Amino acid sequence: MGEEFQASKPIYMQIVDKITNEIVQGKKLPGEKLLSVREMAVQMGVNPNTIQRTYSELERLNIVETRRGQGTFVSDNTALMEELGRNMQDEIIKSFIQKMEEIGVDKRHLVRLLQKYLGEGE
Amino acid sequence: MSFVLNNVSKSYGKTTALKNINLSFEKGRIYGLLGPNGSGKSTMLKLMTGLVFPDEGTVMLNEEPVTRKSSEQVAFLTELDMFYDGFTVGETVDYVASQFADFNVEKASRLLRELNLDSKKKVNSLSKGNRGRLKLVMTLARDTAAILLDEPFSGLDPMVRDSIVNSLLKYIDFENQVLIIATHEITEIESLLDEAIAIHYGEITAKEAVETLREEQGLSVLQWFKQLSIGIGE
Repeated sequence: MGEEFQASKPIYMQIVDKITNEIVQGKKLPGEKLLSVREMAVQMGVNPNTIQRTYSELERLNIVETRRGQGTFVSDNTALMEELGRNMQDEIIKSFIQKMEEIGVDKRHLVRLLQKYLGEGE
Repeated sequence: MSFVLNNVSKSYGKTTALKNINLSFEKGRIYGLLGPNGSGKSTMLKLMTGLVFPDEGTVMLNEEPVTRKSSEQVAFLTELDMFYDGFTVGETVDYVASQFADFNVEKASRLLRELNLDSKKKVNSLSKGNRGRLKLVMTLARDTAAILLDEPFSGLDPMVRDSIVNSLLKYIDFENQVLIIATHEITEIESLLDEAIAIHYGEITAKEAVETLREEQGLSVLQWFKQLSIGIGE
């Protein structure tokens, strides 16, 4: 049991990221039921109050919904789930480009490097 | 359920154990009482369970002063080993159950099963790790308002530590109980805590909500605690 957590970010947000990742990867499907707060707390080795915050945050982001008396479910709004995936892609690309610019690689060069790396020569 | 310490001081002879402690604890939360050996952690837990009494100030449980009778509402895991070696694990459960009206035998047998403790085994044949687990079972099986754990991990290997953390998360009744863990082994309980309280030389040097520490200062409890210790000159 027990995940490792970074010091610089609240634990509840790190679990939000983890669950969001699993949804985008298709490890958790639209409409799927999440573990109860207590079960998730035991699995992650964290305080249940932390998981409660994680679920509230996911709910605020419309990624999950809580049905009274039934539990917490991954949203079955597929359009929204696809958007979630695209947002994540955007974020990764943005940070990649930013880092490349920081070390002086301009956009044209960057495209060439990527193509070369992926084995798609010009 | 509430625990309030108001201006509490306690000395043993000429040695000051606690100075001007002001703290309150609420149900549904997990508190870490963090400090090096000899900082006053154990004294504070003993004050809260009515084993010692303050020289000054008050210790209140549900708005009543803590007395020796308060042990009916407080489960306390001490650093000491308090088993009769001649008893089996099962007899130990029966004995503790006979001493505390709130002892939940059904919960105890579930915990024994989950922690792989054999009821027929003699206590003196248990490994150190299993004795540690048995101590925890005896504490968690009581349906009390407060659970106080004094160094629950000391001398236990990582597997046993994990199983203890697991049982805590499974069996604490968050609607009704408060959990206070005194330890100097911060890494083990870091992700369990709502609040961290640092204690040095008998004084509370800082108190923080764990997630706030990460959010606002980017610090884990361990990093925070080390910074405090440096500030104090240790």
